[in-house]
Amino acid sequence: MSRDVTRRQFLCIVAGCAAAAATGCSDFTHTALFRDNFRDLSPAELKDILADLEKKHSATYGKQVTVGATPALDGVEFGYALDLSRCIGCRRCVRGCVEENNQSRDPQVQWIRVLEMDSEHGINLEHSDPYYDAEKVPEDGKFYMPIACQQCRNAPCVKSCPVGATWQEPDGIVVIDYDWCIGCRCCMASCPYGARHFNWGRPSIPADDMNPATHYLGNRPRPKGVVEKCTFCVQRVRKGLYPKCVEVCPVGARKFGNLLDPNSEIRYVLDNKRVVVLKSEQNTQPRFYYFFG
Amino acid sequence: MIILGQIAAFIVQCGRSVLQGRTLYWAWLGFLAVIITLGIVTYIHQFNVGLISTRMRDQVSWGFYIGNFTFLVGVAAAAVMLVIPAYVYNWKPIKEVVILGEMLAISAIVMAELFVTVDVGRPDRLWHLIPGLGTLNLPTSLLAWDVVALSFYLLLNVAIVTYMLFSLHRGVKPNMAVFVPLVLISIPAAICIHTVTAFLYNGFPAREFWNSAILAPRFLASAFCSGPAVLVVLMQSLRKFTRFDIPNEAIFKIAELMAYAMFVNLFLLGAEVFKEYYSDTEHLNHMLYMFTGLEGSTAIVPWMWISVFCSVAAFAIFLIPGARTNIPTLNIGCVLIFIGVYLEKGMGLVIPGMTPDTLGEIYEYSPSGSELLISLGILGLGSLIMTLLVKISIPIMLDE
Repeated sequence: MSRDVTRRQFLCIVAGCAAAAATGCSDFTHTALFRDNFRDLSPAELKDILADLEKKHSATYGKQVTVGATPALDGVEFGYALDLSRCIGCRRCVRGCVEENNQSRDPQVQWIRVLEMDSEHGINLEHSDPYYDAEKVPEDGKFYMPIACQQCRNAPCVKSCPVGATWQEPDGIVVIDYDWCIGCRCCMASCPYGARHFNWGRPSIPADDMNPATHYLGNRPRPKGVVEKCTFCVQRVRKGLYPKCVEVCPVGARKFGNLLDPNSEIRYVLDNKRVVVLKSEQNTQPRFYYFFG
Repeated sequence: MIILGQIAAFIVQCGRSVLQGRTLYWAWLGFLAVIITLGIVTYIHQFNVGLISTRMRDQVSWGFYIGNFTFLVGVAAAAVMLVIPAYVYNWKPIKEVVILGEMLAISAIVMAELFVTVDVGRPDRLWHLIPGLGTLNLPTSLLAWDVVALSFYLLLNVAIVTYMLFSLHRGVKPNMAVFVPLVLISIPAAICIHTVTAFLYNGFPAREFWNSAILAPRFLASAFCSGPAVLVVLMQSLRKFTRFDIPNEAIFKIAELMAYAMFVNLFLLGAEVFKEYYSDTEHLNHMLYMFTGLEGSTAIVPWMWISVFCSVAAFAIFLIPGARTNIPTLNIGCVLIFIGVYLEKGMGLVIPGMTPDTLGEIYEYSPSGSELLISLGILGLGSLIMTLLVKISIPIMLDE
C-alpha cells in the first residue's frame, strides 16, 4: 500500500472509529495523537492541521493566533556570526528569544545560554559560568559567549533521532516536529552544544505575553514531553526579518544573513574577519560562527 | 483440530500451575503486587505532570531509568550466552539451563523495554517507532537499531520457550531441527543486543566518556559477570524448592567462567582509568566526577567506590577455586558482583557520562523518590513474569 496516502486513513479506521461514536472520527483523529510526520503530510492535511491549531491556540490564549508553515526560500542558506569582542553578556538576546519564541516561563526554558568566561582561560567551557549576575556585566577579566543551536551541516541530533522527528530544511535550519517527537532525548545526548531543551513539565506562557505570530516548526506553543531548540526564528527569517536576538542585541554583536548571497552581511564577516566554529573536532560543521571584531 | 485442543489444554495447565502454590508463593506474589501497584500509581502521576517529577534535567537528560535499561539488557544477553558452555560441555541439565536462561532473558527484556517506556516524554507516540505506521530512522539512529534488535530478541526467546514447553506438555520430544537452530540464532542475537546498546552510547562523540572503543567489550564483560550471577542463585533455589536435579558441577562451571569474565571486566576498566588519568585531558573530568567528585559535587562517589569494592571482592572470591566451589562463599560472590555491576552500569555509566554536561556545567543528579518507586515497580513486574514462567515450566519439565 502506498504509505503517504493510507497511513492516516489507516489510523482513522483502526483507532479513530473506536472513539468515533463518542467524539466523531474526524475531530478525534485530528488530535496530535494521530497526526502524521510533518514531512509526510499532504497539502490538504497540513491546511486542516494548521487551521485546527490556530483555532485551539486562539481559544487558549484569547487572541488571534496564526500558525504558518512557510517553506524554505529557494537560493537561501542561512548563516550566523557572533562577535565575541562586542558581546557584553547582558542576556537581552535570551529574553528577546524567550518572548519571541514562546518559551515556557514556568518551568523556564531558554534556547540561548550565555557563558561567562575568564579572559585568563580563553574559550574554555569547563571554566565557564552560566549563572553570572547580568546586572554587573561586563566584569573585568571576563568575556561572554552566547551559545544556541549551531544549525550544523552534519547534525548529530538529526542522525540520532529514532523517528525522524528532527531534520534539516533546505535553508539549513534544523527543525523539530513537536507532534512527532517521542521525547527519548537521544538528540540531547548527541548535541555537543547543549542546544536542545526538553519540556520536563507542562510549558506555560502567560496569555498576555504569548507571541501570536507562529510557525509550525518554530515558535508555536509546545506540548510537554518534547524537545525544542533555536530555529534562527524560522517564523521571522523566512519572511525577510532578522532573528529576534539579532534585532535586540544592544551592541550589534550578532550578524545574520544568506550565505549564498555574496552581498550579505554574513558573507562580509566570513570574507573579512577570521572566524572560528565551536568544537570543530566534532565535525558538526556549524552554520554559526564566532569572530573577534 | 487436535492441535487446537492441545493448545487449550496447554493454556489450562498453565493457568492451573499459576493458581496453585504454597503460602510462600502467594506471599511473594502479594509482595510483588504491592510494589507493582505502587509503581503504577506513581507512574500515573509522572504521566500527568511530566518527567519533571524525576530529577533529570537538560544537563543530565538521562538517569536512573536508562541506567536500569542498560543493566537489564546485559542480564538478558548474558542469560542466553550461558547456552554456549551448556552445549560445549554437554551438561546433563542442559534443557533446564537453556530454558531458565531464555525465561530470564524474556523477563529482563520486558523490564528493559518498560524502562525506556517510562523514560520517554511521549509514551502515547511510541507507535512512531513501528515500521510502516511510523518512521523508524534506519540506518542512522542507534536507538532505532536497538528497538529492532531488542524486539527480535524478545520474540525469539518467547518462541523458543513456548515451543519447548508446548512440546514437552504434549509429551513430544521437541523437533531438534527447529529447536537447535533457534537456540543457535539466539546466541549471536544476545551478543548483538548488548553490543547495539553499547553502540547507542558509543555513538555520541559529544560525550567523550562514552566515546571509547572498548565500551562494547566492557558491556559484554560486565554482562557475563552479572547475568550468570542471577542464574547461579536461581538454579540453587530451583533445586531447593523443586525436584530439579542440578548438579554442583554445572554451577561450578558457570562460576569458573564468571571468574574469567570478572578478570576481563576489571582489566578493561583499568585500561580506561589509565588512559584518562595518564592523559589528564579535559575528558578526565567525568572520571574525576565519578571517583573523587568535581568542584565539591560528590553525590555519586560513594556508590562508585562501593561498586569497585564489590567487583574486586567478588573477583577475589571467584579466583580462589576453594571459595567459588563452596556454596555460601559462591553466593556471597554472586551478590557482590551483582551489586558491583548494577551500580557501575546503572549509575556509573549514565550519570558521569553526562556530568559535567557538554557546556561544562555540573548538575548533581540523583534519582527522585518517584523514579525509585517506578523503577521498583518495573523490577517487581519483571520478577512476577519470571516467577510465573518458572511456575508454569517446572511441572511441564518435570513431567508432573
